[in-house]
Amino acid sequence: MHTLTSVVDGLVPAATLATDTLSPAGETVSGGIFSVAPLLVGLPLASAAILLLLGRRADTWGHWLGVLASAGAFVVGLLTFLRILDRPADERVLDVHLGTWIDAGAFHLDAGMRLDPLSLTFVLLVTFVGTLIHVYSVAYMEHDADRRRFFAYLNLFVAAMLVLVLANSFLLLFVGWEGVGLASYLLIGFWNHHMPYAVAAKKAFVANRVGDLGLLIAMGLMFAHFGALDFATVLDDPAAHASEGTLTAIGLMLLLAACGKSAQFPLQSWLGDAMAGPTPVSALIHAATMVTAGVYLIVRSGAVFEAAPDAQLVVVIIGAITLLFGAIVGCAKDDIKKALAASTMSQIGYMVLAAGLGPVGYAFAIFHLVTHGFFKAGMFLGAGSVMHGMDDQVDMRRFGGLARYMKITWITFMMGWLAILGIPPFAGFFSKDKIIEAAFIPTDGAQWRAWVFGTVALLGAGITAFYMSRLFFMTFEGERRWTTKRDGSEQHPHESPALMTWPMIILAVGSVGLGLVLSLGGRFVGWLEPVTGHAEHGEPVLPEWLLIALTLAVVVVGLVVAWRRYAVSTVPVVPPLGTALTRAARVDLYQDAVNDAVLVEPGQHLTRSLVYADHAVVDGGVKGLAHSTVGLGSLLRRAQTGYVRTYAATMLGGLVVLLVVVLVVQS
Amino acid sequence: MTLTHYLVLSGILFSVGAATVLLRRNAIIAFMGVELMLNATNLSLVTFSRMHGELTGQVLAFFVMVVAAAEVVVGLAIIVAIFRTRRSASIDDVNLLKS
Amino acid sequence: MSALVGAAEVVAGNLPGVAGLLPQAVDSAGDASTAEAVLFWVLAPIMVIASFGLLFARKAVHAALSVILVMVSLAFLYVTQGAVFLGVVQVVVYTGAIMMLFLFVLMLVGVSSADSLVETIRGQRWIGWLAGIGLLVVLAGVIGTAAYPTPVGLGAANEDTNPTGIARVIFGEYVFAMEVVGALLVTAALGALVFTHRRRLTPRLGQRERADARVRAGQHLAPLPAPGVYAKHNAMDVPALDPYGRPIESSVPRVLRVRGQEADAAEYAARIDRVIAGKAAVESGRTALDEQQDNPPPVADPAGAPVGAPHIGDAVAGVDASAPDSEEGK
Repeated sequence: MHTLTSVVDGLVPAATLATDTLSPAGETVSGGIFSVAPLLVGLPLASAAILLLLGRRADTWGHWLGVLASAGAFVVGLLTFLRILDRPADERVLDVHLGTWIDAGAFHLDAGMRLDPLSLTFVLLVTFVGTLIHVYSVAYMEHDADRRRFFAYLNLFVAAMLVLVLANSFLLLFVGWEGVGLASYLLIGFWNHHMPYAVAAKKAFVANRVGDLGLLIAMGLMFAHFGALDFATVLDDPAAHASEGTLTAIGLMLLLAACGKSAQFPLQSWLGDAMAGPTPVSALIHAATMVTAGVYLIVRSGAVFEAAPDAQLVVVIIGAITLLFGAIVGCAKDDIKKALAASTMSQIGYMVLAAGLGPVGYAFAIFHLVTHGFFKAGMFLGAGSVMHGMDDQVDMRRFGGLARYMKITWITFMMGWLAILGIPPFAGFFSKDKIIEAAFIPTDGAQWRAWVFGTVALLGAGITAFYMSRLFFMTFEGERRWTTKRDGSEQHPHESPALMTWPMIILAVGSVGLGLVLSLGGRFVGWLEPVTGHAEHGEPVLPEWLLIALTLAVVVVGLVVAWRRYAVSTVPVVPPLGTALTRAARVDLYQDAVNDAVLVEPGQHLTRSLVYADHAVVDGGVKGLAHSTVGLGSLLRRAQTGYVRTYAATMLGGLVVLLVVVLVVQS
Repeated sequence: MTLTHYLVLSGILFSVGAATVLLRRNAIIAFMGVELMLNATNLSLVTFSRMHGELTGQVLAFFVMVVAAAEVVVGLAIIVAIFRTRRSASIDDVNLLKS
Repeated sequence: MSALVGAAEVVAGNLPGVAGLLPQAVDSAGDASTAEAVLFWVLAPIMVIASFGLLFARKAVHAALSVILVMVSLAFLYVTQGAVFLGVVQVVVYTGAIMMLFLFVLMLVGVSSADSLVETIRGQRWIGWLAGIGLLVVLAGVIGTAAYPTPVGLGAANEDTNPTGIARVIFGEYVFAMEVVGALLVTAALGALVFTHRRRLTPRLGQRERADARVRAGQHLAPLPAPGVYAKHNAMDVPALDPYGRPIESSVPRVLRVRGQEADAAEYAARIDRVIAGKAAVESGRTALDEQQDNPPPVADPAGAPVGAPHIGDAVAGVDASAPDSEEGK
């Protein structure tokens, strides 16, 4: 590590290094490696601008520029990371001042980048996984005429995501928040000439708007009670500035924002449809990074939640519900990408649950987020590879027995599968099991919470094992169920090119070893401590060894059930009717129907009645006024005969009346 | 008799002139009614002048006459112009101001 | 100005009665003299009655004449009241210029454009009468209730003769108003020009243009043939005969043709035959007038040459456009 640091120092000019005075945590720094930190955002943003502005002229080399920009951002991020790692733990929170952003009367807001363990973790995750997926996309999108535009959007996403995680205030975070929403919208609807895809993009956008509204309201509350929006002010002992009720409101609004972005209950409905986008998009945005922004937001504003236990409890409840919801839906989906999406939803449920547990869970939430980013992105890329070899087939009932034909994909996918199952020593075991363990720790001495949430998390692990194994077995094991000439087109599965397999291999390596590497000696938890704070571990209601054993047992049960049903026995090509629960899960537990009934229908009725009211009342009033004016005018028009003599008579009559009045008044 | 009698005469002539404007349809006759009203006013002015021993009243009457002359020139020109286009000297025919 | 003063003197000189009364009337500061009263009581009824002529006269000319009477009488009253200058101006400007202008326009518009007293606007007659009488009553009320100062009389003001006094006021105190009024008069004159000006929209048709048009149309270039050219008979209503013995319709005056009073050429040809045959000596001795009375315009003989009255509509269409005025005047 020290050698790496010296390399960094060698990269930085001596003169700059001399001025690189390291300041205490949280204080503003400038110069040295930190002066190039804006490049993190600048590189991908410039690349996106170039690709979009040059248009078709950049078609031949645009994708490589995109890869380079992302890789450049990763390099800058890595250098920054190493530099920070070199500092003592209590000096690792830095603020890079970029300039005054808003200066309006009493409200002053600087634009700046917050470099701390949490944001750097995200920077590394986003740029590293992002770069791998960029490389993958070069091959995956090779035959798409719009590949340059795709890379422009991907770069735009990376830039926006980095703004989100590097922002030093809620307002700047909101800029990135909206930016990733926009990129997500553009990429889900990348093939917008296909109507359902365009609709899916719109659905995601609208669902995200609901969450954004929560963030806006939260910011409004902060502005009203703190008079500031930067993290340094708001998150520094929030209980001193606002009552618990206010903080609860802020927390709930932040939670709403997190629900929208991270597809948590009740704003989860868009994620399944978002699989309309190209598979690399699903891997990067809708599995590894953007959807985890909600978790980031909750962990980042942890100080607010800790001061508002009620909001915290709601966070845990939301996480638990989504965890089960996603898991149940995942069991019934036959579309490989939608099954993975349900799994993402469920895993983020774990993270939210952990984030709601307070300082105990923050580090595990972020830990799981990182490992999940690796193994889920790897599995999505694997799914993309399978689709690549199966002529864009996504129905798992049409797969089967692919292990022989796509060996690399099979093995890398298997690594990811084992990681998500939590089989030791794969990455998931170290992150997910820690969350389950944390869920069993009683909060504030409330035993029931430990039992309820712990059981839900444990149950979720079992269901996860079942549906992920189902997915894996249906795709790679069992007999072939490919489409033949009789079904229209014959499929010849084949391994994907190296540009696609290498990212998968790298991600698989991460899925295998990352958990072990990071958890050794509590390395990752310690690294995050400057942000999350040190948390004393409470004692779980059950002994630790028993919990691990229980979890493993549950996982094995789920795996075996899946093995019996989907690997040993025949999987029908046409899905059987199934139980009521299966049928409900296939339609996402009626979430769209519920949304339609609860929101869309009343909304349409409301708009219709508003239109009616507009026509009847507003237009009626205006038109009525106009009609009555016209009527009065046509009534008065009769006085205008056009005869001069009538007018003269009026004048004379008026004169007579006037004189009479004068006479009467005078006498 | 007193000077008031002149005023009464003036009032009668004025009223007759006004009635003429209201009652006659021939534009020229109605116009003569206007002239009669102006003359009645002049009589009053002259009487007042005598009453106050001031010549200003007579000067005012003089100006009234000049203005009346100008008015008659323009008014008759209008009547002639209308007669040319409409072949009528009736003021009731000129009612296009009506919608 | 001196001319006006001279005119005033002339007026005063021509009316010895008024001139004789004048000093007394002016000198009496308060009530009018007896002579003035006599003049007033003679003129006032005449003026009122004449003004009623304006209200009731059917013909515009009569109305104009009655207004002239009122105005001349007013001139007398002005002079009586010491406003000698105004009296002269009244005669010169009002009766001499304005009312003459009225009469000119009346002639231009049509003397006979009588104003029927039938009211067309509903209720206007009642409103008019009511307003007129109401105005009279109200004015009477005003005159009756007003408080008057003790009459001063113009003795002091007219010391250097009345025109001189007025001239002092006009060219002293009101010289600016005087100039403005001059501008007003010029403007009014220009305005009248603009109103009555007609722009020529078609090129002027002179003799040459008419002749050219006639040649181009291939019409008869020479004068029309004279009617009634017969050896034995000669009358305006008999068409001339062309060299082939056919009657020339256009030789009969248009008016006779329109009225249907032309004679049938065939009929005359027959008569000539009879004359040549030595019969009907009595008929040949008759005058044309008797013949017309005895023989109403003969209808075309079917056997004879076709000579009939031209279509009446064509004839009317050819009548000058100003004709309807004369029709209206009947």
